[in-house]
Amino acid sequence: MARSLKKGPFVDEKLYRKVEKLNQQSKREPIKTWARRCTIVPEFIGHTFKVHNGRAFLDVYVTEDMVGHKLGEFSHTRMFRGHTNKKEGIRSGA
Amino acid sequence: MPRIAGVDVPERKAIRYALRYIHGIGPKYADDIIAEAGVDPKKRANDLSEQEISTIAGIIDTNYLVEGGLRRNVAQAIQRLRDTRSYRGERHRRGLPVRGQRTRTNARTRKGRKKTVAGKKSVK
Repeated sequence: MARSLKKGPFVDEKLYRKVEKLNQQSKREPIKTWARRCTIVPEFIGHTFKVHNGRAFLDVYVTEDMVGHKLGEFSHTRMFRGHTNKKEGIRSGA
Repeated sequence: MPRIAGVDVPERKAIRYALRYIHGIGPKYADDIIAEAGVDPKKRANDLSEQEISTIAGIIDTNYLVEGGLRRNVAQAIQRLRDTRSYRGERHRRGLPVRGQRTRTNARTRKGRKKTVAGKKSVK
């Protein structure tokens, strides 16, 4: 279900302030964050975020197309490496 | 047979229903279009005058995204998800359900016919 328009998009305050600060200094440096639920706003374009996936921080370089999505959508939390091979008894594939 | 919106040829049905054969036009849009054109919804597609057909075609051309244009739009939206390496794009690439449905069972529409795996324990 979509979020109420009244509230507007959810943007993590702290993260937003951090980005604004970098924008003012027109600096670009990766921002480490756990805020997967934060909506990507136009101000984020061109920044790189290190988004936590529960285990590690994955680099997410924000492009124009990502605006309106959440940071977490680009930091995958599951890694599927194929099913086990019965005969070999080990995992097939890479 | 009347031609509306490109190659579509809805046949001997009331215009209200015939319009739904156009990709991108369902019950609501069909009624909206007819109301705007001021055509009798029960009139068969065959019995429409040239005038009426061109009115309807004009309305669709200017206000609605149908057929090829709509298909292209959808395909582009999916391509965008894939290109941004988003979770939803990944699901599209893998041919799995995109909106969080279970995949332990079911999900056959996305996954296609069952591929039997030897030695796999069946669900009780």
